[in-house]
Amino acid sequence: MTTTFTNARLIDAESGTDALGSLTIEAGLIVAVNDGETGTLIDCGGKCLAPGIVDIGVKIGEPGERHKESFRSAGLAAAAGGVTTMVIRPDTTPSVDTPETLAFVARRASQVAPVNVRSMAALTKGREGREMVEMGFMLDAGAVAFTDCDHVVTDNKVYSRAMTYARSLGALIIGHPQDPNMSKGAAVTSGKFASLRGLPAVSPMAERMGLERDLALVEMTGVAYHADNLSTAQALPALGRAKAAGLDVTAGVNIHHLTLNELDVGDYRTFFKVKPPLRSEDDRLAMADAVATGVIDIISSMHTPQDEESKRLPFEEAASGAVALETLLPAAMRLVHAGLIDLPTLWRAVSLNPARRFGLPGGELTQGTPADLVLFDPDAPFVLDRFQLNSKSKNTPFDGARMEGRVLGTWVGGERVFG
Amino acid sequence: MTFRQRHLLGIEQLHPEEIKTVLDLADSYVDLNRSTQKRSDALAGLTQINMFFENSTRTQASFEIAGKRLGADVMNMAMQASSIKKGETLIDTALTLNAMHPDLLVVRHPQSGAVNLLAEKVNCAVLNAGDGRHEHPTQALLDALTIRREKGRLHRLTVAICGDIAHSRVARSNLILLGKMENRVRLVGPPTLMPSQIDQFGVEVYDDMEEGLKDADVVMMLRLQRERMDGGFIPSEREYYHRFGLDAEKLAHAKPDAIVMHPGPMNRGVEIDGTIADDINRSVIQEQVEMGVAVRMAAMDLLARNLRAYRAAKPEGVYV
Repeated sequence: MTTTFTNARLIDAESGTDALGSLTIEAGLIVAVNDGETGTLIDCGGKCLAPGIVDIGVKIGEPGERHKESFRSAGLAAAAGGVTTMVIRPDTTPSVDTPETLAFVARRASQVAPVNVRSMAALTKGREGREMVEMGFMLDAGAVAFTDCDHVVTDNKVYSRAMTYARSLGALIIGHPQDPNMSKGAAVTSGKFASLRGLPAVSPMAERMGLERDLALVEMTGVAYHADNLSTAQALPALGRAKAAGLDVTAGVNIHHLTLNELDVGDYRTFFKVKPPLRSEDDRLAMADAVATGVIDIISSMHTPQDEESKRLPFEEAASGAVALETLLPAAMRLVHAGLIDLPTLWRAVSLNPARRFGLPGGELTQGTPADLVLFDPDAPFVLDRFQLNSKSKNTPFDGARMEGRVLGTWVGGERVFG
Repeated sequence: MTFRQRHLLGIEQLHPEEIKTVLDLADSYVDLNRSTQKRSDALAGLTQINMFFENSTRTQASFEIAGKRLGADVMNMAMQASSIKKGETLIDTALTLNAMHPDLLVVRHPQSGAVNLLAEKVNCAVLNAGDGRHEHPTQALLDALTIRREKGRLHRLTVAICGDIAHSRVARSNLILLGKMENRVRLVGPPTLMPSQIDQFGVEVYDDMEEGLKDADVVMMLRLQRERMDGGFIPSEREYYHRFGLDAEKLAHAKPDAIVMHPGPMNRGVEIDGTIADDINRSVIQEQVEMGVAVRMAAMDLLARNLRAYRAAKPEGVYV
């Protein structure tokens, strides 16, 4: 069956274009761009048609915490948010640290999720930072990267061996740079606001210290490394130097650090408690600028479902994290509407770069690419109601927020999964 | 007279006029407390529950006496020993108590912001008796009353707050209050015990005791909070006492009529020399305790008035 999207504003990061045109799909693939109108016609009414979002930071509650999020609910949330590929995190209970757990996750995902799901694996067993996982088996079972997420590997010997081993397999390692001794027990970023609220705080320098350590190990081992969840201006020069020196390094930021700052916590609002904590406005602007200039390659949702019980606690005790699969696109549109980045640049960060870095198909509007597409109205205004979200957990910091940018339709492999 | 608050969660929310209202009313309660017949019926018929999730003898006793003198039915709950240990969350505890229809809830909690959270979930007046490192508003108010009575005014004074600022909710509430009343506030202590970017609060920061105390009208010492030390803030207590402990030599740099304050309990020989603490010409530490009862009576009286007015404005039969 052939379908042609007509009168569409095609957003293509690969060519950096944002222009009206048409796109034809057939048998799950893009077969033509601006080349006639064949098959079923879908009039896009001048709205944006772009490659589906490839979100590399998604936490699902399976295994272990299915009451917070299942593959089904996360998949529906992804489809509603224009995310066509979820790359999921291994920080579950238990961790995804054996080929068997990975196989379980893959089976569950293929049964119930309407979008593509790829899995990352833990770097060390139990994410405890002591013994590396069976990387070879895990790669064979479909792992796309290895990470211990927010558990920083503190033993440099262990970390360097894991990196060396990973390099020999051509595997990608993802770090969440942080000095864990500095950030232990911290709930917010140190500074005037933290002092006023009397909350335990961590210096933003702790992130740079973690990053510099990781980059030294990358230089030593030559592994492919992605520094994810960066959030501070102080970390950026080190990143720039590593890239200029030709290390195989990319970096990511999550959407909350691009759109919120520490003051949003206000009167101890725990839905704004994320990890690393929200930073200063200067940091936020520096991160947005880094996305615009390409120092930061990837924007992800860092989707972390938490139920009401883990959030309705005093701020220090409350769990970290926020759901974001459905709010990633409208939140990112704030950056576009504020003139900080343009749409092709945004799509480079949410779709093209993550697809390339993780070796996945998609991310571009070219012939032969899977027809993973999102149709959205970049200007449609709405007020977010958290209880309308598809996620089982409703812990979004954007509840009640005025947002612009609505997904009108999502296609995965040519099949319409939303709208 | 102005006092619009529904709860007393911190000094941050108070307008200078509201602070003045509390202090003026507290002055009248000082007189009442000094008379033989120490009874008023300002809180008659109301139920006051003291919930202390953290150990306290002095503050809890002060709130209890204040409530009883105003005619409230006062109940103390030692929360450390109770349901919290059984795994009940703060909110469930609050809802359980709320169902018993208290009118005034006095709460101390070891975590910053916990009292704010609780206040959102109950429909009575909540008084913060200290939350984590955040605020301790009645302490700042009683300190202000003490200063005003000793110095005859509460503006254009130089107040040095000395010691462990980082772990102190007393310091936070005091520096906010003193700033609102247009005083010059100095913070004195080792940099490891200073909160980050504290200089942006409109205060002067010193790490030398003699410079910090120079020409001060008020010297406010803080307790070295040893139970909050998660390691390595100062090399030793004796070095701390040598550099930051208040003794006659250091106090000589302040104004000759400078008063010495301490929120208690004191560590004699750690942050303050025993003879200074006991010097009736300089130390107002006992007066602070006296003012504590009066200020708490005033605060609860004002909150009860607002609570009654709020309930009176509701239709018959509707419990706020």
